[in-house]
Amino acid sequence: MSTPSAAVKPFGLLAEFDTPEEILAAARKARDAGYKKMDAYTPYPLHEMTDALGHRHSRIAWLIFLGGLLGGTTGFLLQTWCATVAYRFNVADRPFYSWPAFIPVTFECIILGASLTAVFGMILLNGLPRPYHPLFNVDRFALASQTKFFLCIESTDPKFNATETRQFLESLGARDVQEVPE
Amino acid sequence: MATATAPAKREELPDGVILGPQHNLQTITDKISDTVQKEPIGFMWLALFAFAFMLVNVLLLSIAGLLYWGLGVWGINVPVSWGFAIVNFVWWIGIGHAGTLISAILLLLRQRWRTSINRFSEAMTLFAVACAGLFPLLHMGRPWFFYWLLPYPNTFGLWPQWRSPLVWDVFAVSTYATVSLLFWYVGLVPDLATMRDRATSKWQQVIFGILSLGWRNSNAHWNRYEIAYGVLAGLATPLVVSVHTVVSFDFAAGIVPGWHTTIFPPYFVAGAIYSGFAMVLTLTIPARYFYKLEDMITITHLDFMGRITLATGMIVGYGYAMELFIAWYGANKFEMGMMWQRTMGLIRWEYYALIFCNVLTPQLLWFKFIRTSPLYLFIISIIVNIGMWLERYVIVIGSLSRDNMPSAWGRYAGTLWDWGMYLGTIGLFLFLMAVFARVLPMIAMFEMKLLLPGANPHSHETHDASPGGDSHGEKKEAHA
Repeated sequence: MSTPSAAVKPFGLLAEFDTPEEILAAARKARDAGYKKMDAYTPYPLHEMTDALGHRHSRIAWLIFLGGLLGGTTGFLLQTWCATVAYRFNVADRPFYSWPAFIPVTFECIILGASLTAVFGMILLNGLPRPYHPLFNVDRFALASQTKFFLCIESTDPKFNATETRQFLESLGARDVQEVPE
Repeated sequence: MATATAPAKREELPDGVILGPQHNLQTITDKISDTVQKEPIGFMWLALFAFAFMLVNVLLLSIAGLLYWGLGVWGINVPVSWGFAIVNFVWWIGIGHAGTLISAILLLLRQRWRTSINRFSEAMTLFAVACAGLFPLLHMGRPWFFYWLLPYPNTFGLWPQWRSPLVWDVFAVSTYATVSLLFWYVGLVPDLATMRDRATSKWQQVIFGILSLGWRNSNAHWNRYEIAYGVLAGLATPLVVSVHTVVSFDFAAGIVPGWHTTIFPPYFVAGAIYSGFAMVLTLTIPARYFYKLEDMITITHLDFMGRITLATGMIVGYGYAMELFIAWYGANKFEMGMMWQRTMGLIRWEYYALIFCNVLTPQLLWFKFIRTSPLYLFIISIIVNIGMWLERYVIVIGSLSRDNMPSAWGRYAGTLWDWGMYLGTIGLFLFLMAVFARVLPMIAMFEMKLLLPGANPHSHETHDASPGGDSHGEKKEAHA
């Protein structure tokens, strides 16, 4: 599997760990050693991992807020325009701009706009759908979704060096370090 | 699946345990995904599937008859123009609400025990909403014109009447269906990736590969995922309350006696959650038995669900009491007339039956031995399901057939076609649940892993992780 090829630059080096403690400790050491282009692959979310990797927390919540705002505004303006401009319909001489009656639909539109943004924003910001990825070339990577914890230092990292990085990862107590072919 | 030899006595875990102690990352993955990928189809599943499929055909026939002959085949007529269709619509929508409560509200309240039942109940929500949606759609008479309800530029120059609760309902229910689907799917994505990685046959790899979107368990993805999922839960919580509130507005905004009350929104929401939890019990008790999930959906889960059923049942009981009290205290003779119809008049037998099912029966849940007995809980849950259907029957049929003016009174009875539609949707619901249990992981695997002791160590950076040091079984929530 991991035959180092001189011609093609690998995607990175993948270290495998057995426990969440080990991978968190390893991620912290890699961060302290100055590695930046790396990511952890774990069967479930590890809450300290983002800090351990030195990554920034996602700000998707703001995007969702904007989605909700857009949905709600659209919903309210649509109702107002229908009731006051497009189709004025006198019901027992009640005001055309009867805004309290527009609240339920506006509310649903806020929820709909925010939810759609949350889901599709999350998927698209994650770069998904992407059925193929170099990591899938490593057979044992299938365990990342099941039982094992992986840390991958990518070759695009300025500090990346095939030999030194491998030695570094092995020194962190990885049970196995494999090269990920591009 | 219990093919032939189900042991007579199942081991139940001690009180307070929500995950069997023998479990680890491997056993959780194996147990849940093998149910879909390895275990053969069992006899009981096949029996359920065949029964449900038969009822689905009843549904198709009922719809065909309705479309061919028109709405006249139903028992509806003036003055009772809202018959079974609306009763069933409210019943199904209400059932769906427990799924959202479990997946969203209990998540926000950090109730960790929700983990093993959330996937299952979200599926239930989705299928219940699908069944619910059929009724108003077909009740329109010409369902192929359903899009007239939506705001779109048309040659008639018409726009929806935004002041009508029925239009609000269209938006509430369609938003609810959409958000439920999104919530369910997002929760499934990491598990679908697990299924993809474990799949041995080509077609499974392709299908799970497409559905999992190429999820690769990256921390950067998990980070966004958890925030998005948490926000979605926060959005679904007010949504679920709004949906049944709007459903209750369909009634409360009218001036029909028995409908025009301010208690309707909260009492409808409580009733929805009540019936939904009853349905979750009805479904999980057999599922945990046949799929041997007693160490994941434990007796503690059943106990907790029993308590929520009891609590919401009490709120519903309070609602009934208030309806009677306010009718008397408000001294409105039409309201009082309606309450007389309920307690002593036209609809009394249905009313007494609903009081028995919804108020008296759940009182048994005060006893712990009842709450921890799958059999008793199952029986009670069925009774509550029936009771909640009767509640809507009393509200819809009772009020419409005994309106303000005695000269406009009339009788109503569901016809064979009404029953066919109703039983048919139960069939559709069971059919979809049965298929779901075989093709998708019915328990959220990655979330179950978070329940393992030491799953999420919070060794602070100051004392850098000594192996096993700080992970004293205390875990944060699946989604913070």
